[in-house]
Order: sequence, then C-alpha cells, then structure tokens
Amino acid sequence: MANHKALYQEVILDHNKKPRNYGTLEHASHHAVGHNPLCGDHLSVALNLDGECIDRIAFEGESCAICKASASMMTSAVKGKTRADAEILIQEFLAMATGQLDLDSPNHIGRLAVFAGVCDLPTRVKCAILPWHTLHAAFNSVASASTEAEADPMHAPIGNA
Amino acid sequence: MNAVQTALASPSAPFLMPAMKPFAAFDIERIRADFPILKLKIDGKPLVYLDNAASSQMPQQVIDRLVRYQTSEHANINRAVHYLSETATAEYEAARRKLQRFINAPEEREVIFTSGTTDGINLVMHGYGRKFIKAGDEIILTTLEHHSNIVPWQMLAEETGAKIRVAPINDAGELLIDDYENLFNERTRLVGVMHVSNALGSINPVKQMIAFAHAHGVPVLVDGAQAVPHMQVDVQDLDCDFYAFSGHKLCGPTGIGVLYGKAALLEKMQPFKGGGDMISSVTFEKTTYNAIPHKFEAGTPPIAAAIGLGAAADYLSAIGMDAIAAHELDLLDYATEQMTRMPGVRIIGTAENKAAVISFTIDGVHPHDVGTLLNQEGVAVRTGHHCAQPLMQRFEVPATSRASFAFYNTLAEVDALIAGIRSVQKVFA
Repeated sequence: MANHKALYQEVILDHNKKPRNYGTLEHASHHAVGHNPLCGDHLSVALNLDGECIDRIAFEGESCAICKASASMMTSAVKGKTRADAEILIQEFLAMATGQLDLDSPNHIGRLAVFAGVCDLPTRVKCAILPWHTLHAAFNSVASASTEAEADPMHAPIGNA
Repeated sequence: MNAVQTALASPSAPFLMPAMKPFAAFDIERIRADFPILKLKIDGKPLVYLDNAASSQMPQQVIDRLVRYQTSEHANINRAVHYLSETATAEYEAARRKLQRFINAPEEREVIFTSGTTDGINLVMHGYGRKFIKAGDEIILTTLEHHSNIVPWQMLAEETGAKIRVAPINDAGELLIDDYENLFNERTRLVGVMHVSNALGSINPVKQMIAFAHAHGVPVLVDGAQAVPHMQVDVQDLDCDFYAFSGHKLCGPTGIGVLYGKAALLEKMQPFKGGGDMISSVTFEKTTYNAIPHKFEAGTPPIAAAIGLGAAADYLSAIGMDAIAAHELDLLDYATEQMTRMPGVRIIGTAENKAAVISFTIDGVHPHDVGTLLNQEGVAVRTGHHCAQPLMQRFEVPATSRASFAFYNTLAEVDALIAGIRSVQKVFA
C-alpha cells in the first residue's frame, strides 16, 4: 500500500498541470484514438514517422491526472526514438503497470518509474496504460484502441491484485 | 441484546409480531456497533463508507442469520420430504412474506425472488414486453435511468421494432412532468422509471406518474433499487404495476432481489427462464407452468440470500424506515450545506426532493483522482458515470464523484468527506 501514497508525486502533478506535447498534429502519418469505457476517458495520439524515427508526436483528450501525465511523459519519452525502441518501451511500461517488471533488471523505464505504484491500484492501471495502448494502436494503424476490447492487439491482463 | 437482536432471537418471531417496537431514539452508536465492517481501518484511517448507493454493508444480525441457515437449515427447497428441505422451504417462504410486508404488497405470490434489480427488469422485459409490446409501440423512460432500465428496453425495441421515448429533466435533475405527460399517445405500452436516481438522488414523483399512466391504461415498472433502502415504500399506495429492487443495497446479501408485480399481470405474462420449479408438469409434448411466483423462479434460487434478505428487512423495520429517512436527510442537509460553500466544488443534482446522494465535481480534478485521493483518507466514494451515461451527457460531465449515505453514517463522517475534498484540492492546487 505504500506505493500508492507516492502515486500523486510532484512530477505526475506537474505533467497533469502542464502536459507536454498536448494538442493536435498537422500531417500526422499515424493516428489512433484510445478509449476507456469504464470511466469514459478518451485520448487521441498522433505522430509522424520520419523513416523509422518518431520526429513529431502529440496527444489530447479528456482524462484523469494519471492518464494525462502518463501520456505527457510517454510522448516526451518516445519523441526522437525509433518505432522499435518505442514498442520496447510500451511493453516495459505495460509490464510495470501490471506489476510484472523487475525494476532492478535492465530496462528503459527511467523517469517513468513514477508510475510503478499504480500496480497496487487495479482500477487505476487502465488510466496509466491507456496512452500506451493508443500509441501502439497508432503504430499499427488500428483506428481505435480500448482498454476493454477483446480484439485489442495490446490487450494486457490488468494486474494480479 | 439490543432491540434488533431481541426481535431476531427467534426466526419466526419477527414475522409473527404485527408491529415491532422502533428504537426509542435513533441511537447511531448502537446501530454502528451492529456493523462489524465499520470498524475497519484503511491505511490506518477509520473507514468512512460513503458508497452505499452501490452496495450497503451488512449488520451482524444478517450475517448471523446466514450462518445459522448454512449451519443448521440448508437443503434444497420445494423438493424432498425430509426435515431440512422442509425447514429451508419454510424459511424461504417466510422470507418472501417478510419482503411482502416490507413493501406492503397485497399478496405473497406477488413477490418474486430475483437475483437483483437488473434481473427483475429483465424479467418484465421478457415476460411482459416480449409478449405484449409490438412494432410501433412505445415505451417511456426518463433521462435519469440507470443502464439496467435502458438496455433491456433497447434490446426489446431492436427485436420488436418498438420505440423508446425519453422524458427529460431540468438542470436540478428533476423530471419535467409536463414533458413526461406529453409523451403519451395511443401507442404507449409501458413506463419504466426509477423511484430514486442512483446518480443524483432525485426522488421522482412516481405516484403522480403512475396515476397519469394508468389514466391512459399504461402499466408502470418502477426501479426501486435506490428507494427501498432509504424510505418507506408502499406498493399499494404507489399503485405501481411492477417494482424491482436489490438485496445488497438493503443490508442484505448480493445475488438476491425482489420483483413485485400485480398478480393479474404476472399471471398473463410468459415465463422468463425455463427449468425446474417453474413447471407443474412436463412431457416432451407439452409443459404446463407453475403458478406465480414459482413460474418466475426457475432452478434452485439463492435460498440463503433470500433468507438473509428477510433478516435484513426485519432489521430495518426494527429501526424504522421513517427514522432511517429522517437521519439520512440530516446527513444530506449537513453535507449539502458544507459542500455548497466550498469554492471549486459543484454539486450535480439539486432536486428539491432528494435522497441522501451527493454527486459532485471538483474543478480541475478528474473524479478518478478524487476517488483515489479520498481513499487515502479512508473515505470510500464512487467515481465514474454511475451506469447512467445518458444522464452524464445531459450534465455535460464525463463522470462525477458520488457520496451516498446510509443510516449508519454520521455527521463526523460528513466532516471527514469535507476534509478529504480539501486535501484533494490541496494536492491539485
């Protein structure tokens, strides 16, 4: 239970208040809308791939602080990275959010570790992972992602709790 | 032994007593002592349980009744001739009579045990709707409805070609009665309305709505899930045709509920589920259905849960529904007064006639964040769309936080909620 105390850390509150890469993107090469039917939150992610490199990315939508901060930090983290590196980060973030990532083993999580505590709050895991689902959907040109849909290519088991 | 324990000392005593003595005064500490879960600490802080509209907690008297049933009375009902089967059957039917009395239903065969409100509404949809509602017919609902009183009718409309008409509400969350009345025409076949809004607390003028519908020969189904736990409900006074509610919002177990229906209607309805108990004879050529209520109780019912719900009805009756309603109104008034004064806090749903539910938003803070942060203070509220998405759309909010009170809540718990909201605002300042 100790971790969720720390969930609303300064860095998360700051990204919620001043989200980075917030807005729409002109001439995006990839785009997807993510939706969490449990709470009605929705989020769109648009990005432009220059070759294999994400040169521009933006998000917008209605969501809670955890989701918005996650999207803000996600876009900051993957900007300038290759699609393959971003996919690795997506897998690691989903594993962390569901309590299945050993943060002591080598990984690329870095500052995103502020979201580790969310795995103690099963109902909030979906808030944190929605942007990452949506990014993956965008890469694969899936028109919309959902944290619920069976057919969702990124459907991840939600925690052990 | 307290008053309730005395009344519950013998399983049949409460039923035989024509009127149980109410508590001399509303003794909140004595009541709270009956609820073991209220002693819990969450993260070292006392639990402040304000999610009663989702599910209420269970007093020791009901827990004990469940234990006694499972320990010494359980067998399948309506079957064998042995002692346990007869005991279980007698207790199950005694529970039915307790619920009959609790809502003042004229006859015990008009009380059908269901798995809950949703099940009861679906029973009416399949049993009444699919038999009597045809293409072009109209069903009137309200903007306030829970998904459980929307989706079954949409399914019926899709299947039959019937139409759904929706009675609107005003900005306070009150039904616009003139608009409701204007929806009636010669194709109107059924009204489905919630007695008390789960999301806003608005109390609908159901008696008036029913009288108007009846003047047009239209039967009315009332979703009473949020009304029965908080006020004296008298189905004869309301004159409703169907009234559905859930046990787990009424200090009873989950998986049990009641559908009251007028016998004349129930008798002409088709069964909802087929199976054992609902038949009087079966051959491969033809099956004859059992009489009501058994026609609608296929299969082995949740016997323990029904008996537990009977004990819950006894418990609430011993306290007195009027005393419960009065105490909850005190909590509502106090909380409303406090929250109305808080800058940045908006109460959604300000109906004049309201049950003890406060839906609210905090400027700049998503309800899910409110819920998680309040939980850190030990305060349990519901956050989300409350299974009423059309209603959320009406108020142009994606979701709200909702504090819903029960008779075992205290003014000090309202203070804890207020302090919790202040701490949320501080985090997001």
